[in-house]
Amino acid sequence: MIEIVVLSGKGGTGKTSLTGAFAHLSSNRVVCDLDVDAPDLHLLLDPSTISAQEFRSGHEAVIRPEICENCGECIERCRFEAILPAVPCPSVNPLKCEGCKVCVAFCPVNAVDFPEKLCGHWFVSKTRFGWMVHAQLLPAEENSGRLVALLRQQARELAKEKGFNMILSDGPPGIGCPVISSLSGTSLAVIVTEPTPSGRHDLERIAELCEHFKIPAGVIINKCDLHEGHTRHIESFCLEKGLKVLGALPHDTVVTHAMVAKQTVTEYSHNDFSDKVKQIWIRTKEMGEGLEKN
Amino acid sequence: MKKIAVTCEAPTLNAQVDPRFGRAAGFLIVDPETMEYEYIDNGASQAMAQGAGIQAAEIVARSGAKIVLTGFVGPKAFQALSAAGIQVAHGFDNSTVRQAIERYKAGDYELAAEPNRQGHWS
Amino acid sequence: MIVAVASGKGGTGKTTVSAALVSVWEAPVIATDLDVEEPNLHLFLRPEISETIKAFLEVPVADETRCTYCAQCADLCQFKAISVLGETLVTFPEMCHGCGGCLSICPEGALSAGTRELGEISWGRADGAAFLMGRLRVGEAMSPPLMRAVKGKLNEMIAEKSADVIIDAPPGVSCPAVNAVMDADVILLVTEPTPFGLYDLKLAHKAFQPLGKPMGAVINRAGLGSTSVYDYCSESGVDIIAEIPYDPDIAKAYAGGNVITEVSDNLQTLIRNLATRVRSMAKNTAKNNVREALHD
Repeated sequence: MIEIVVLSGKGGTGKTSLTGAFAHLSSNRVVCDLDVDAPDLHLLLDPSTISAQEFRSGHEAVIRPEICENCGECIERCRFEAILPAVPCPSVNPLKCEGCKVCVAFCPVNAVDFPEKLCGHWFVSKTRFGWMVHAQLLPAEENSGRLVALLRQQARELAKEKGFNMILSDGPPGIGCPVISSLSGTSLAVIVTEPTPSGRHDLERIAELCEHFKIPAGVIINKCDLHEGHTRHIESFCLEKGLKVLGALPHDTVVTHAMVAKQTVTEYSHNDFSDKVKQIWIRTKEMGEGLEKN
Repeated sequence: MKKIAVTCEAPTLNAQVDPRFGRAAGFLIVDPETMEYEYIDNGASQAMAQGAGIQAAEIVARSGAKIVLTGFVGPKAFQALSAAGIQVAHGFDNSTVRQAIERYKAGDYELAAEPNRQGHWS
Repeated sequence: MIVAVASGKGGTGKTTVSAALVSVWEAPVIATDLDVEEPNLHLFLRPEISETIKAFLEVPVADETRCTYCAQCADLCQFKAISVLGETLVTFPEMCHGCGGCLSICPEGALSAGTRELGEISWGRADGAAFLMGRLRVGEAMSPPLMRAVKGKLNEMIAEKSADVIIDAPPGVSCPAVNAVMDADVILLVTEPTPFGLYDLKLAHKAFQPLGKPMGAVINRAGLGSTSVYDYCSESGVDIIAEIPYDPDIAKAYAGGNVITEVSDNLQTLIRNLATRVRSMAKNTAKNNVREALHD
């Protein structure tokens, strides 16, 4: 199974627009949106939900006022400043509660309940390009690597069932838990960067992460004409780190126009930009297949 | 002979080996001489936010098995199993539990010296 | 006064707006980068860093000689950071959230406090402003503990010398983003007039609404895309407090690591007006708070 995950570190580099185009250009694969916090791929692919499931993870503390004697032990014990003094009993700030159970364990009168938390929903859907697996966390929930892992597992099972040998994923931003979870054991990471100070900085951090987890990575330089100096630096950085440059794309407002039309850029336009995206997809696919063979 | 834990997708000897250790559906704890077995469900680990591999290792440790046959083991589960003195033989995906035990009895396996998958919640 | 610059979607110009606001702010200000996974504010403000310290999380260290394998610690731990396997106590420091529960519950005193490195906290000065940032260690999965440490340092800095704070928040609407804006007096939602911008603006608006803070939208790359973001703002009562026009020169300035107030006098004025607007939003809340207090 070839798993390709598109990442960028910083947002706004064009990661989702490119993943959408790759979804249009490919077949016999499951598309997966691993950005469960602020997912956007569905805006281009317009999925119809086939099945929706609840995602529950972790627990949170709830104090029962009828039992609580307001001794303040939980307030003292909480390392997350999630419990504040109040009448008739201390109040738990669910936004700060880490679900560590310390207040539950140390309450002298067992006044703290510890129910499971509903964190979001995940979906198996159909799009005009085929099957898609995606999710939406509820606001303010912990951005769970577990949900990312669950989506990947569902995508793998779905691909197996349909006889596909590829999963194409839009990755989460950043370099933390969800990104680590989207990377571990994947065949190929495609890093979309841009020639800006932030783009370069974040490329270096993502590349380091890929190295840490021994994941092969390719790089796409988007908006490459924004700053020639940075573009050259990115190219030499890739050379030095052994990262394959899969291609460079100029800054083109056609990406935004396609997005407004709710289409992928390769559907919306047949200009030079779209041709370049097609070439990049061919190289990406070849790189993924080559890695799978080895 | 020592008891063997095999990750499995269903509670029978003819079930497929679950390739995942931490998030396996369950374990068959098999006595290789008599082929008698006991099934332990791992559903609670499957649903865990994190640390499924560690919890699964705890379950296997409590079962008394001294070796695990499975597909993939992540680094934390491996560390936990090693700490409990349990050996790991991997690469048993794509076979049934019975076939895995036969391979084990025939000596057709290698003990893992390190985890064979990069871990972290997968 | 604390101003948090946030956005549901990454790459909408959060850092651009934060840096620009800092550059025109007329009172003493601490520019704070709480986007610890991908901190970028320093790339534009180019601060002189006076000190960098490592931040740590307290994690358990086991003394096997004292452990009786009662497993109370393992039963309490919700994160599988400590486990009893047969007659062995194993800790998994990278899983630990630092709640301290295992250390308190151990009846034998077999656990003591060790550390896990979370990342770095740096501070210094950028022209007239004080500067503070956190940078997550690559491979570290949890950002909230480091964010808490950065906020701790921020409180120290404010206690030392009172100042306003401009926070560059992490993108998204999950736990780290909410953590970053929770203590703010005013939240700016930076967005762009595209379907992605709109969807993520809605998420952010819904996520932050329960905090009861005044929020204003800053529309970046105005003129590109569609009007749906404007429609949403007017329907849901989010004031649009600034519009930064789409202009290739701004993108180039950003690429060159420049603050956009340097691009033109018009932009300079635009950002100054935004700063004034933010100040009056904060003042109104303060007034309302006083009024409510009097009412009570």
